[in-house]
Amino acid sequence: MLNTAFSAPSAALPAEAAEGKLDLGSLFIESEVPEFLAELEADLIGLKPVKRRIREIAAHLVIGRARETLGLTSGAPTLHMAFTGNPGTGKTTVALKMAQILHRLGYVRRGHLVSVTRDDLVGQYIGHTAPKTKEILKKAMGGVLFIDEAYYLYRPENERDYGQEAIEILLQVMENQRDDLVVILAGYKDRMDRFFESNPGFRSRIAHHIDFPDYEDAELVSIARTMAEAADYTFSPEAAVALEEYVSKRRAQPNFANARSIRNALDRMRLRLSLRLFEEGGLADRAALSTITEGDVRASRVFSGGIDAPDYKPRSE
Amino acid sequence: MRITQGTFSFLPDLTPAQVRAQVQYCLDQGWAVSVEHTDDPHPRNTYWEMWGPPMFDLRDAAGVVGEIDGCRNTFPTRYVRVNAFDSTRGWETVRLSFIVQRPPVEDGFRLERTEGPGRTQRYAMQHRQYSAG
Amino acid sequence: MGADAAIGQIKDAKKRYAAGVLKYAQMGYWDGDYQPKDTDVLGLFRITPQDGVDPVEAAAAVAGESSTATWTVVWTDRLTAADMYRAKAYKVEPVPGQPGQYFCWVAYDLDLFEEGSIANLTASIIGNVFSFKPLKACRLEDMRLPVAYVKTFRGPPTGIVVERERLDKFGRPLLGATTKPKLGLSGKNYGRVVYEGLKGGLDFVKDDENINSQPFMHWRDRFLYCMEAVNKAQAETGEVKGHYLNITAGTMEEMYRRAEFAKDLGSVVVMVDLIVGWTAIQSISNWCRENDMLLHMHRAGHGTYTRQKGHGISFRVIAKWLRLAGVDHLHTGTAVGKLEGDPMTVQGYYNVCRETVTKTDYTRGIFFDQDWAGLRKVMPVASGGIHAGQMHQLIDLFGEDVVLQFGGGTIGHPDGIQAGAIANRVALETMILARNEGRDIKNEGPEILIEAAKWCSPLRAALDTWGEVTFNYASTDTSDFVPTASVA
Repeated sequence: MLNTAFSAPSAALPAEAAEGKLDLGSLFIESEVPEFLAELEADLIGLKPVKRRIREIAAHLVIGRARETLGLTSGAPTLHMAFTGNPGTGKTTVALKMAQILHRLGYVRRGHLVSVTRDDLVGQYIGHTAPKTKEILKKAMGGVLFIDEAYYLYRPENERDYGQEAIEILLQVMENQRDDLVVILAGYKDRMDRFFESNPGFRSRIAHHIDFPDYEDAELVSIARTMAEAADYTFSPEAAVALEEYVSKRRAQPNFANARSIRNALDRMRLRLSLRLFEEGGLADRAALSTITEGDVRASRVFSGGIDAPDYKPRSE
Repeated sequence: MRITQGTFSFLPDLTPAQVRAQVQYCLDQGWAVSVEHTDDPHPRNTYWEMWGPPMFDLRDAAGVVGEIDGCRNTFPTRYVRVNAFDSTRGWETVRLSFIVQRPPVEDGFRLERTEGPGRTQRYAMQHRQYSAG
Repeated sequence: MGADAAIGQIKDAKKRYAAGVLKYAQMGYWDGDYQPKDTDVLGLFRITPQDGVDPVEAAAAVAGESSTATWTVVWTDRLTAADMYRAKAYKVEPVPGQPGQYFCWVAYDLDLFEEGSIANLTASIIGNVFSFKPLKACRLEDMRLPVAYVKTFRGPPTGIVVERERLDKFGRPLLGATTKPKLGLSGKNYGRVVYEGLKGGLDFVKDDENINSQPFMHWRDRFLYCMEAVNKAQAETGEVKGHYLNITAGTMEEMYRRAEFAKDLGSVVVMVDLIVGWTAIQSISNWCRENDMLLHMHRAGHGTYTRQKGHGISFRVIAKWLRLAGVDHLHTGTAVGKLEGDPMTVQGYYNVCRETVTKTDYTRGIFFDQDWAGLRKVMPVASGGIHAGQMHQLIDLFGEDVVLQFGGGTIGHPDGIQAGAIANRVALETMILARNEGRDIKNEGPEILIEAAKWCSPLRAALDTWGEVTFNYASTDTSDFVPTASVA
């Protein structure tokens, strides 16, 4: 009576399964995983090693479903993951895509992503933390819980820190409710490594580690161009040259946050463009309204040795 | 005596899978689901004890099922019901409410009558457990 | 269809007000360019002009006769802001597939009507005009009541939301039955039927429309025995129960007397019949509002003027007036039962009762957007020749905010009234459970009922008895915009 009402969507399996044979090619296509991978390829510039890891995991999950169909042991796989890398390297974007893939393959029932940090989980006084953490967990059920800068949950210098309470609840759910949600822990690689050393409980429950490398300069320039195009802007040839210089200078400065810094820089260039046109007055055509000029780029403080703007503030500890 | 409050009282007690399906239906409508319990099922006992506030913005029934289990484990001999609240204009009320646990023995009610004028009766319902003591 | 220039309004005052007879269009009751104001009351009439009468002139006559006009020119018009008071027919269109019939749209200025009075509204809109000789027939199909006007009415004293909160019943249709036989039972025997039905699982039992205070059962007797039954059933089930005590009587004084007695006995609901008239309905609605009482409206008599498509008033208009006047329950048809009702047309009535804003929907006979301005919702009642075997169709057609009344389908159960009530309640809860689980109840309904009948023998007996009963006759009052068939 309840067979269709709440079963998770699962990859459709062809009829040959009955005969003990599966056509893996059509299995992949029906799983829609290739579609997601293609989207990932199109949406994200660079990130080759990340994409390879996602592909591996997705293949593993599809094969897991196939093994189940033919009666081979698969068990409920542990799917919790750690995404490590510097800010702005695409961790949240990939997590969103991962949630969709897991949903499509029937490993999570809804496929939504709940993104949180320590403040969402840990309370300010006794008795505050457990309800907060449980509240978030309930919202994440059926989807993916993405904990950014997860290491802030653990503060060894303060033995009465409430973060420990959140950690214990998380560990329990990660172990006992693997069907209900997938947890992705994210943050800087070095800090995550230290976090795992001090919290072996987490380490043992994480099945997949994915490291997100910094973008190359050329990749960041192409990210800037893509973002600009999506918003109907273009760079003049001189501006494009200035942009390359901007990227290499910006990287050398503090609080560099990869694609996020680029997005912020682009926002400021657009502001400068608007102000320039406003002050010049007179007639403006489509080209004038959409072309970022060299001046719009070079007005950045980055060129005079300063920081363009605080892109990224590490949490005060 | 089986109290027939709630939407599914005439059906056999719902299985965990059936409860989960109803909760998921409520969440899919965008309703906030809450869990309540009582040892006094008088039909005019409107305010059962709340097992935490209504749960807003949940996507999957698993979170609610966990709270239902928590309430049942804490109060194994009480009535427990699940309510779903709809906040859209023109409703702003409960849209579904069903019992998910009953006491092992349901005491039921005794009807007390007091003579009034002109053949009228004043009626009062007494929960048997309370009226016995 | 535009107005013929020759019959347009005469602007020259001297000619316009010269003594004699003018065409209505010439008097200014037709204005093809008129843009209705947000505050206008709008009416849509279906008219059948006499042979040779121009439809535009006929429409103008409807506007005239339902507002300020008389058959001849009167100079006293010039003492008034006559241009404003004149209703204006502003559109005429042939009815699809009905030669000789026309839809005509008429706009009325808000100042033509007294606030909060259905009697006043109906005296204009359905006053003289329906007897007007140049029309063979005339039917009021729909009305748009502007928010400014709606706000002068108090509407349902309780409404769906508060009714559910008061009864503590959510998420499913309410279940009722009418005591049978309609006439002849003594008070004591009558109360037995009520008790059996309520204990079995009904939420309400109902007096029939013509149960008042006859020789075989005086009203006080009925009220006393019914309330004994209600209270006893409440104690047996732990559930709030009710019996619609029909307080319809010859005078308003007597109705109040019966209402007061019902209140003293602790009833949650009283009932009146539509035939008591608009003023009585509004008065008793006020009384119910002051006494926290549900008001159940039986539409007795409506079939005399709602059923035939050519002449009369559509029930959707009656439903709109009743929502303004303020009733909590309204019999609106079953579509699948023994009484008249095309499914889509009946759904239109339900929408009028229950929606916050009713949107234009020609296939359901709704010609205007109607904003109900926060007026509470009326609970529709489906009653008349329905049984448990149709549960899936009823829920599919009408959703969960409806009272399903299975009179014969409860009391006629082979294993007794309680068994009949159990069968209906189990069928109802099973179907809601299945619908919420995502099952396609419209198609899987019979199967779902058979599954439940495996563990519920009263339901099995009900399906065995009535499973095949249908009332499959062509409806007379159907939409003009889509062909619809009676549901088998």
